[in-house]
Amino acid sequence: MRVNTTHGEMDEDLLVKKEGSVDNDIEFTTWTEYWLDDELVHRSAHVTLKTSPFTALESALLG
Amino acid sequence: MANTQSLCTSFLGELMTATHNFGTAPTRSVTSADTFKGALYLASATINAGTTVYTTTGEVTGTGYTAGGVTITNATAPTATNTSATAGTAYWTASASVTYSSVTLSTAFDTMLLYNSSQSNKAVGAYTFGSQTITAGNFTLTMPTNSASLALIRLSTT
Repeated sequence: MRVNTTHGEMDEDLLVKKEGSVDNDIEFTTWTEYWLDDELVHRSAHVTLKTSPFTALESALLG
Repeated sequence: MANTQSLCTSFLGELMTATHNFGTAPTRSVTSADTFKGALYLASATINAGTTVYTTTGEVTGTGYTAGGVTITNATAPTATNTSATAGTAYWTASASVTYSSVTLSTAFDTMLLYNSSQSNKAVGAYTFGSQTITAGNFTLTMPTNSASLALIRLSTT
């Protein structure tokens, strides 16, 4: 597979792949990194929001 | 039967479609949905409830990223769901993930500002997540489920 990197497209076999994830009440996030020796040449992330701030409305009570 | 004091749930949904105007502006000349955009902001920026309009201050910069961000897909109109005589929720969620493709964003960012580019870039909401950087890659932000309890924008009487 070819990977877009800071050096242009490279063969995945030439790179070290690292993956991770974060899962909490707000988001589920995954990320993928490709390293060429000690150089980070690609990093993508996918954040899935689980919810968002809630807005409540109310009207004044009459009487 | 008895009457119950409450804001009407239909009104909540109509707030999202500009049906009511208690003020004097804006005057709408079109009946189609506005265009909304999502811009990314550095973790060091100050985007919050006090933000009134899209700003370049604190916005990310980098290869492949255009100031102002990307257009949000809006294929699903707001929904208003009444749950009782005193409670209901109107809600809306972008109908597709927001993707910033082939970008390099080297400074940590953690916020997307949703704003209305059809109405002078007026701000809608700030949505935060864990800090990210992107290197020659894609950043994808998937929206929460479009429901009364999870949707991106929820207006509710309680």
